[in-house]
Amino acid sequence: MSPERIVVVGAGMVAQRFVQTLRERDVDGRFHVTVIGEESYAPYDRVALTSFFSKANPEDLLLGDQRLWNDSGVTLVRDARVARIDRAARAVTTDAGESFPYDQLVLATGSSAWAPPLPGLDLPGVFMYRTLDDVAALQEWVRSRPGHGGPVRGAVIGGGLLGLEAAGALQSMGATSTVIEFADRLMALQVDRSGGEALKGLIERMGVQVKCSLATDAVLAGADGNVGSLRFNDGSEQLFDVVVFATGIRPRDELARDAGLALGERGGVKVDAACRTEDPRISAIGECAASEPDAFLSVGLIAPGNSMADVTVERLLGGSSQYNGADTATKLKLLGVDVASFGDAFAATPGALEVVYSDPFSGAYKKLVMTDDASVLLGGMFVGDASAYSQLRPMVGSALPGDPSSWILPEGVAERPELELPDEATVCSCNNITAGSVRHAVNEEGCHDLGAVKACTKAGTACGSCLPLVKKIMNTELEKGGFEVSNALCEHFAMSRSQLFSAIQVAGLTTFTDIIDRFGAGHGCDICKPTVGSILASIYNEHVLADGRAALQDTNDRVMANMQKDGTYSVVPRIPGGEITPDKLMVIAEVAQEFDLYTKITGGQRIDLFGARLEQLPAIWQRLVAAGMESGHAYGKSLRTVKSCVGSTWCRFGVQDSVGMAIALELRYRGLRSPHKMKIGVSGCARECAEARGKDVGVIATEKGWNVYVGGNGGFAPAHAQLLVEDVDDATVFQVIDRYLMLYIRTADRLQRTAPWQAEYEGGLDAIRDVIVNDSLGICDDLDAHMAHHVDSYEDEWKAVLDDPERLRQFQSFVNAPQEPDPSLAYVVERGQRRPATGSERESMLADAGRAL
Amino acid sequence: MTATVSEIHVCRIDDLTPGLGAAALVEGEQVALFRLDDGTVHAVQNMCPFADAAVISRGITGDRGGEPTICSPLYKQVFSLVTGECLVTMDKEPVHTSPDLTVYPVTVRDGDVLVTVVRSL
Repeated sequence: MSPERIVVVGAGMVAQRFVQTLRERDVDGRFHVTVIGEESYAPYDRVALTSFFSKANPEDLLLGDQRLWNDSGVTLVRDARVARIDRAARAVTTDAGESFPYDQLVLATGSSAWAPPLPGLDLPGVFMYRTLDDVAALQEWVRSRPGHGGPVRGAVIGGGLLGLEAAGALQSMGATSTVIEFADRLMALQVDRSGGEALKGLIERMGVQVKCSLATDAVLAGADGNVGSLRFNDGSEQLFDVVVFATGIRPRDELARDAGLALGERGGVKVDAACRTEDPRISAIGECAASEPDAFLSVGLIAPGNSMADVTVERLLGGSSQYNGADTATKLKLLGVDVASFGDAFAATPGALEVVYSDPFSGAYKKLVMTDDASVLLGGMFVGDASAYSQLRPMVGSALPGDPSSWILPEGVAERPELELPDEATVCSCNNITAGSVRHAVNEEGCHDLGAVKACTKAGTACGSCLPLVKKIMNTELEKGGFEVSNALCEHFAMSRSQLFSAIQVAGLTTFTDIIDRFGAGHGCDICKPTVGSILASIYNEHVLADGRAALQDTNDRVMANMQKDGTYSVVPRIPGGEITPDKLMVIAEVAQEFDLYTKITGGQRIDLFGARLEQLPAIWQRLVAAGMESGHAYGKSLRTVKSCVGSTWCRFGVQDSVGMAIALELRYRGLRSPHKMKIGVSGCARECAEARGKDVGVIATEKGWNVYVGGNGGFAPAHAQLLVEDVDDATVFQVIDRYLMLYIRTADRLQRTAPWQAEYEGGLDAIRDVIVNDSLGICDDLDAHMAHHVDSYEDEWKAVLDDPERLRQFQSFVNAPQEPDPSLAYVVERGQRRPATGSERESMLADAGRAL
Repeated sequence: MTATVSEIHVCRIDDLTPGLGAAALVEGEQVALFRLDDGTVHAVQNMCPFADAAVISRGITGDRGGEPTICSPLYKQVFSLVTGECLVTMDKEPVHTSPDLTVYPVTVRDGDVLVTVVRSL
């Protein structure tokens, strides 16, 4: 039986959610889905539109796993606008005349930007703020404005969510921004009057002008025929070079209207609670749908559309779930200011009490709405500091223990009671996972670590912001169930790596024997020995093979080379930033030739020489060190490489010297031992040719300096690095990376890379930024001093070994035949170089040798 | 069936660093020697049954519940240094037949390390 055909009109965020949910749930392949979108892109994150300016290209905004679009059950048609629906024939037709028959049609056409009918809307320099193309056109306009002795003057009309996003966008393009709002406050849908005042104050601190209670009468042309100024209803005028309208959206319901489907009172395709239109074969989801529960829809929120997509998938697969209105709880960061509201934030419940804290110094405004007896939480509102939001939002409708004011007073002023979330409380709002599901996974499904809980419930698999909460619930359940929450390293140490790190540092111990006597038991193993070896190297930066430490080191560190499958090693000299002179290149070539080493360029802009035997390593390094080269630490759980593009010295697009920066970073952090390997990338402009955002630390040049991104990983679980600081100078780049790496080294688990460390760090990247930029823990001096010690005490490990006969003794092939090659090694030549023989090749070689005898 | 048993002199005890392994060629066979912190010396086959490479001497020594062990450096299987038994297979199969290591008797006499090899004739 051929699958039923679903056609989705629109390829926005809600369409993406629909297809993703359908592909996850439709395990029998009942449906084939075709998505028709008018933009040239696959569905992208419209909520993050503003970050287009800090990202290199639109692809960074693409939503979800792009493999979804390669699924054989999914077809994505881009650059195609559906012109009409033929309900009788059950087909849609595009502008280009192409026809798509359907068994089920899903309208996800979203909304379009709406501007009040003012004179001058069509002038060049007037923009909407809705699509990637809008944003790109705006950027191009601002960039190409001729200077008039100052920055480009930008106005944003509308002080809602999109308006503030647009104001931030203008600022990041180097323009000034003035926000003009008709209502008496900013973000009138999310915050009350006092909250609006606080928000205005905080946003003005960011350099954005705010004018409320002011209506625009006309957009006026300047002398050059482009937009020149705005006239307001109080008769005043102000000069502007660019005007952005963010005055709201209107549902795109024209297809439905033309097809004769009923519309809602305020526009939008009328749907029932199952998201069905009048025509049982047509559904509508997202902002184009008019659903009963959302008579008053908040603009620009994704949660309602996602719920409608899920409800529709469920129904098509035979289920009966209903859309009951979405949780309109919001937490946003606009121009760096936290704004959050949830539940009955405006205290509409009869008798509701408002508990308010307002801090004129920090500018923060916080409010909780409680029932008349101050016992049950009804809602809340946060401006400037939303740190309590994630804990409180799931508590709506539940009794809040203790004094409610403890939640809004600055941390430390009043003790906050421990919260026990009710089972029905949503923990992960991306995937709609409740605390009860997490508890069930722990108690009934046997999930006893975070990875298992994530895999079982899907909690924390989208944005990950709930992971600290999920972990807390899991640990509480494990403790209740009598399971010991074990973070023991191994059977010899009952503590975690980070606990052991502090213990060793505080006790000042320097040998494994002392450490296991004091903090552990037994003789150690392959888990704890390398961990202790790495911690000792991180703390003291002494040689990895110093005083009995060789026996602690893992396979590669033990001989400072990378062991390959046949027991021989590969050798990687450091090539800082990927820059190398022809002379050094020739030395590498000579060494490779002399020792017959298989040669390959690595992914980190270096050269790897394979097939060196243990006893050959010192002679190889003798040659490399003599030519001025040093260990590249390709073998260490340490900094590996700093990859760079060629940068402003040669590239016609580069805006900073990325090679110079890469070399400085590589020389600064070379040899730094860490819980796992670390990689850095430096790009000389936003084109990002060094792929720095795939690295643990990515440094990307801007016109004003550098942006530093952290927590990117390739490998098994790829992750893009997240923005830590923007537009900083060289010294600040070093300072924040110093602190970030040291904090990671001190607090990460064994073999935990930066991405999961950052995600699981209590409070996430915001908390990390607070520690290393605002020194919230008061440890920055210590972190700085620790890194300074590392930089000052660096020595080349290989040179140190060559100078020490005792350590050289570890490089004998056999204790009774020090230079005898391993007789079991066998090679065949392929593409002009040798490689290890396979098992069967080796057997036939041995048989031949036997016949020759 | 007859067999010859011979004690082969391999090295001096001071040639072995406590906690670190060393490889030796004994009558054409590759043997991994370990001098542990408690003063005992152990000898097992140097070929790792899971990696099919002569690397056991370059693994990390330790203990599992008090049993002295060696962990293979390539795929991290753990073996008893006393019996040669594979204690942790890391969910892998050996390349040939046995997952365990051959154990060789070792004697230290007057500072000389002697390994006993048995050859069937």
